[in-house]
Amino acid sequence: MTKFNIDFNKTLKWAAIIYAAVIVVGIVLTCIFGVKLDINFSGGTRLSYTYTGDLSVSKVDAAVDKALGTDAAVSFNTSMNGSTKQIVITLPGNNALSTEKQSALTTALTTEFKSNNIKSYDSNSVSPTIAGTFFAKSIVAILIAGIFVVIYVGFRFRNIGGISAALTAFVALILDCIVAFLACTAFRLPVDSNLIAVILTLLGYSLNDTIVIYDRVRENRKLYPSKDTSELVNESVNSVMIRTIVTTVTTVMAVATIIVVAEIFGLTTLRSFAIPMVFGLLSGSISSIFISGPLWVKWKNYVATRPVKVKKSKKK
Amino acid sequence: MKSKKTSKATFFVVLVLILALTFTAFFGISGYYGDIRQVYIKGAQDIRWGIDISGGVEAVFSPDKKVDEITSADMESAKTIIEKRLVADNVTDYEVYADSINKQIIVRFPWTANETSFDPLAAIKKLGKTAVLSFCANTDKSTVILSGSADIASASVGVLTETNEYVVNLKFTDSGMSKFKTATGKYSQISIWMDDEMISAPSVKEQITTNNAYIEGNFTAETAQDLANQINAGSLPFALTVDESKLQVISPTLGANALNVMVIAGAIAFALVCLIMILRYRLPGVIASIALLGQLAGMIACISGYFGGLESFTLTIPGIAGIILSVGVGVDANVIASERIREEFRNGKTIDGAIAAGFENSFNAVLDGNVTIVIIAAVLMGAFGNPDSLLAKIFSPIMALLGSSITGSIYSFGYTLFVGVVFNLIMGIYASKFMMKSISRYKVFRKPWLFGGAKNND
Repeated sequence: MTKFNIDFNKTLKWAAIIYAAVIVVGIVLTCIFGVKLDINFSGGTRLSYTYTGDLSVSKVDAAVDKALGTDAAVSFNTSMNGSTKQIVITLPGNNALSTEKQSALTTALTTEFKSNNIKSYDSNSVSPTIAGTFFAKSIVAILIAGIFVVIYVGFRFRNIGGISAALTAFVALILDCIVAFLACTAFRLPVDSNLIAVILTLLGYSLNDTIVIYDRVRENRKLYPSKDTSELVNESVNSVMIRTIVTTVTTVMAVATIIVVAEIFGLTTLRSFAIPMVFGLLSGSISSIFISGPLWVKWKNYVATRPVKVKKSKKK
Repeated sequence: MKSKKTSKATFFVVLVLILALTFTAFFGISGYYGDIRQVYIKGAQDIRWGIDISGGVEAVFSPDKKVDEITSADMESAKTIIEKRLVADNVTDYEVYADSINKQIIVRFPWTANETSFDPLAAIKKLGKTAVLSFCANTDKSTVILSGSADIASASVGVLTETNEYVVNLKFTDSGMSKFKTATGKYSQISIWMDDEMISAPSVKEQITTNNAYIEGNFTAETAQDLANQINAGSLPFALTVDESKLQVISPTLGANALNVMVIAGAIAFALVCLIMILRYRLPGVIASIALLGQLAGMIACISGYFGGLESFTLTIPGIAGIILSVGVGVDANVIASERIREEFRNGKTIDGAIAAGFENSFNAVLDGNVTIVIIAAVLMGAFGNPDSLLAKIFSPIMALLGSSITGSIYSFGYTLFVGVVFNLIMGIYASKFMMKSISRYKVFRKPWLFGGAKNND
């Protein structure tokens, strides 16, 4: 039977360095590519055109990108009575699309798809459907949830000092959310409501991962009341390691299946959901093993040795 | 020390229950009465999907007022009210765009062409109404006593105990109360109007000085709830009209075959999860797969509404994220327990001892992980759901500071997560424990190999 025996107190430094490196690379890529906000967040312009015959989303999308040099979302509508078909093009951006650009786009589309009889139908400049207050509210909601979780974990894990354990669990959680966000921008995916769903998913997943580790610490603490905290955490993390690997492999594989199937069917829109999710899930397990447990040990040791250190420094 | 033994039959009872739930939740039970399909139990096919997965309807609303009299603030408040009305009608997936230059509001909500249980035209008409409730003197609208949200604080559905009749209870604001008091002292009859439609015209028997009143109007439970929702959502600053010939059916925003792709991906992913579980944990893995199937079926039932009369929840990508997370957590619960059984068994415990100790020792980890997620799900449902729900009222003192921002997609994430975790507690902890303890009493299954031991010896 495979047994892990890793000293996580030694690997903490490396884990921190690797996370820092990943985050720096992510930020650099984000700065290079820029953050692509979805029209729901930024507002923008919606143009519609009527057409006849058959068109494919990818071809129209390519034509729009070529004509305007920016990314646009393309979808098709049909009127309720079935008489007309429309192309709807949404362009995210703070400013409304200028009339020159609109007419340039119209010309490009009509020449590119001559047989489809494309005609300009309507143009709307729209405000964001998801306003700034939404973000404020999301953050407040997450903080409220966080406070409740800290109280609950603090109570349930009181024999090992639950509040500090909950707080280091949150450090790991924040890292996971950053990784998911950076995965989104580094792969040049739009920041849309899918990403919010991913971040919320990680919130639960990462906390659960960390709690399983703390549960083992809690159990072992009862068995070995006088054992050193760092040894106790090390043993506990090592013994739940297999569980963490099995669970992570299983969930990551499930999400990876979505990516593969979606790519086979050409459903690229699912990328902005599934890719950040895979990265976030991986980070969720890695951070709970290599960051939250050992960091908590550091914190505990720091608190336990603080008065001693003060004395020493005074002697010097 | 030994607890009461689980009966041999328990396994089959639980298995049959789970299979029955799975079959009905996925396929539903319906019959034909002539050509009309009667749904007794809703299956997965009756789930309402979001715009992202199965498309919807797009309506462009224009105000019936001169364009230059409308401010951007009016447009934003109209947008918020439309959002509230949609959520109150259980449409949790929508996009509402306000164009403050052309003074138009674009509303998109899910609908598929062959859907008969939902009438988009009626829904659109209802959305565009100003919905001003007003109290007028006598039976015409010439003298308005009080009207709108400045005078009426809130509404709720009630039942008159004497006649068993549905009514809509109203609570006045301070200004509404004083206006009502003056009017009931002055007029002998007062009529109540919703926009231009008179609901009732009760005669005044005595002056009313409280801040409560109720409206009678031959309501059914549904129409009373409708009116209360309309009052609570607030009134639009102007009526909105839609050119019906311009109504558009939109293709799924994720792509035309999004639904099929999701279903195929989900089926493959689920099969792979079961395969991993069985390969690694053998018999406990089989039990875990059955429990996971039960959890999934339970969630599907909660989303579709399950029973014929209930509304289906609108399922979108964030909702699916909630399903994935709770299945992930469900897998985890089973992995923790199975891993523990394997560990205890390899440490020299007997089969019964290993099973008992495995479930016992994993219980706390699973419980704490799940409760944490329930907390998150409940806060999200409270913060982003319909402001009249119980959860929202609990959080309202804090959330009110941030203004209303109903976001259906986050609510649907919270909902699927919540029901998923509840079913995980039922299936992942109890159902699998009963099945495991029961099946291990059969001699054929008492082989060390099936519990993760070596093939031929102990």
